[in-house]
Amino acid sequence: MRNPNLKRLRRTMMFLNCQKPGLIKDPYIYKPDSIMLDLEDAVAENQKDSARYSLYHALKEIDYRGVERVVRINGLETPHWQEDVRVCVAGGADVIRISKTETAEDVHRVEAAVEAAEKEFEVPVGHTLLMAALESAKGVRNAYEICNSSERLFGIALSGGDYSKDLQTVITGTGVEFAGARQSMIIAARAAGKQCFDTVFTNLDDMEGFAKEVLMIKQMGFDGKSIINPRQIETVHRIFTPSEKEIIFAEKVVREIEEKRAKGIGVFTVDGKMIDIAFYDGSKRILSLAKAAGVYEGEL
Amino acid sequence: MKNQVGREIPDELLKQYGKKVFSGSFARSEDTYQKAGPCVHNYIDPTRSKMVSSIHEALVKCKIHDGMVLSFHHHFRDGDKIVNMVMEEVAKMGIKDITICASSLGSAHDPVAELIEEGVVTGIQTSGVRGKIGEAISHGKLKNPAIIRSHGGRVRAIEEGDVHIDIAFIGAPTSDEYGNARGVGGKSDCGVLSYAMVDAKYADRVVVVTDCMVPFPNYPASISMTDVDYVCKVDCIGDPNKIVSNAVRMTKDVRELNMAHYCTQLIAESPYFKDGFSFQTGAGGASLAVNTMLRPIMEEKNIHMSFAIGGITKPICDLLEAGLVRNIVDAQDFDLGSIESLKNDANHYEISTSAYANPMNKGAFVNRLDFVILGALEVDVNFNVNVVTGSNGVLRGAPGGHPDTAAGSKCSIIVAPLIRGRIPTVCDQVVTVVTPGEDVDIVVTDYGIAINPKRQDLIEAYKNSHLPFCTIEELRDKAYAIVGTPEQVQFKDKVVGILEARDGSILDVVREVKPFEFKD
Repeated sequence: MRNPNLKRLRRTMMFLNCQKPGLIKDPYIYKPDSIMLDLEDAVAENQKDSARYSLYHALKEIDYRGVERVVRINGLETPHWQEDVRVCVAGGADVIRISKTETAEDVHRVEAAVEAAEKEFEVPVGHTLLMAALESAKGVRNAYEICNSSERLFGIALSGGDYSKDLQTVITGTGVEFAGARQSMIIAARAAGKQCFDTVFTNLDDMEGFAKEVLMIKQMGFDGKSIINPRQIETVHRIFTPSEKEIIFAEKVVREIEEKRAKGIGVFTVDGKMIDIAFYDGSKRILSLAKAAGVYEGEL
Repeated sequence: MKNQVGREIPDELLKQYGKKVFSGSFARSEDTYQKAGPCVHNYIDPTRSKMVSSIHEALVKCKIHDGMVLSFHHHFRDGDKIVNMVMEEVAKMGIKDITICASSLGSAHDPVAELIEEGVVTGIQTSGVRGKIGEAISHGKLKNPAIIRSHGGRVRAIEEGDVHIDIAFIGAPTSDEYGNARGVGGKSDCGVLSYAMVDAKYADRVVVVTDCMVPFPNYPASISMTDVDYVCKVDCIGDPNKIVSNAVRMTKDVRELNMAHYCTQLIAESPYFKDGFSFQTGAGGASLAVNTMLRPIMEEKNIHMSFAIGGITKPICDLLEAGLVRNIVDAQDFDLGSIESLKNDANHYEISTSAYANPMNKGAFVNRLDFVILGALEVDVNFNVNVVTGSNGVLRGAPGGHPDTAAGSKCSIIVAPLIRGRIPTVCDQVVTVVTPGEDVDIVVTDYGIAINPKRQDLIEAYKNSHLPFCTIEELRDKAYAIVGTPEQVQFKDKVVGILEARDGSILDVVREVKPFEFKD
């Protein structure tokens, strides 16, 4: 059976360092869509085991109240990632985020380890979803292939820090260095029917710049953004919340399409705009975003 | 004997102090009493000088002796140098058995802990106790139990004669040579001298200690020459950096901001939020943020505050300047912005602590409060609040105006995170009852909001609200589910502190701590 969480709402994915129990004990209070429990860069090399220990107990003990629990595991070039996978699966993590993904083969290796762990810990096979972080030019170049590499993989995310280094540039705040990657990735993700997530914005004092960037990536088609602080959640959710006008129109489109379909009509107009079946998924997405934001209580 | 909040108060203690157990916040509403009065040493001779050259000379002239009660205020907060300066001299003179009656004591007064051990200080009566003094008391070092009172309760105790001050030492940023003292000016500007006003009126001897002499008359005076016996000029009365903050910290913590948002909405959706409402908030992160969050709602609805009160900070002064607050009545200043406002804004008034919170005068400002936002170390399922003893049972906090404003206001809101580290804030039973649950209306946490079932009117008023309401028991259960059910703090039998209710009855006692013993 297809995992029902493949297409869930993921506007915000909040990074949290597994080395700090105080951070991972109750982040659900901030109501992000997903948390990203980090075993990779935030955790010192000699603290990987203790971070895994905290992670396992957090996953086992804490009721995250519906917030998706993504774990970022260590890179496949490290000695840590296989044990990371075992701990994630044993703890019951919802998603494993593969760092520095460059090829479909990378995804296959993790998928095999996940499946083995699911069997080892008697977790239903297919429970643990995957997402891939693209952190290099090669990864971005192979985005479409990576998106299609696994049924478990629901999307790809740009990881801007390493990617800018690989491009031999720096992060400017203008977004120019990420322009190509963002376009390539969103096109690849959509072509493969997968989700696509933007990189973090690290200047917490520049909320205006952050809001501009969120607006831009929303306009580009991204599903959401990685974030580093709960302060950023409200901005992302606000920008991703459809306007009243959008909601009313989406509701009409969904109703009309369903009604006209029953009558055998394929193309028609709503408020003077030409509408056909191609608008259905987009309108449904607007309604689910509106529902998540608490601004729509309709039944659609 | 058990009191109304279920606390067992030893009978011998009641007998020894001639006290009653707490039987409700308004149990004494029909009482009358004769005010106490000081012994006055007159200045009929116009040629006499009030100036003394040192604290030593002041003590000698005031005929210091064993067993006296000396009083101090805490407007200089952690920057205060007066208590240590005076007590050091008292100790040097070989005086013993002194009771310190202070409006609050903090870590600036750590040296007093040694004087407790030496028997120089054998009694402490205060509205706050922290640092080494708190530890010394909790470890049974103080000869007599410390008496902890609210700000209003302290004034009441002085005016009713429960405590009689022999010598009041009043640190003042400026004074003239005849004892007119002010909270503003000088090197140690603290704005107001509200806490000291009652001491000046009721102490047998009043010594103003200043590091800035100004020409006569230093007017308008916070402390009047009519009450002052001596003026002592010293080099330094306080550390300005620790007296007030340059600017209070505006929180960026989303958890605190969420709680502030809940408080703001509670106020905005309540029946008391209308033109002319009144408000007090503290200087904590969430409390301060409420000032800022209320502003756009007040502007949108064209609602003005009649008065803001309490410990004052710049954010509320900004609302005064913007015309959204009509008056500020000020009993303490926390930052430079509030002192500037006091100096420059004609509608920003200095008041006495009696006017602020005394429950037994003929009407205090707290009785006219609509909303107060307060903190808590612990709140229990009966809404009793503890702000005095820590999770280890040691004295480390201050009732301040907490019990006064909670009792006086129409809607008291406690705001605190549900858990702090491994400590649940909402629990079965607080270690020490400081504010009785009957006076606490709403508890706001990051996990939800509980309304006291005694306030069915408020429950009804919020029935269509989208705020995350739940019961206090549900909050406790959530806290315990996260950090586990805590073991009770263990104490020895000896009573080391008495928590007096506002009206002078006994609300709770604090006992000597003992090292935790694990069960087998």
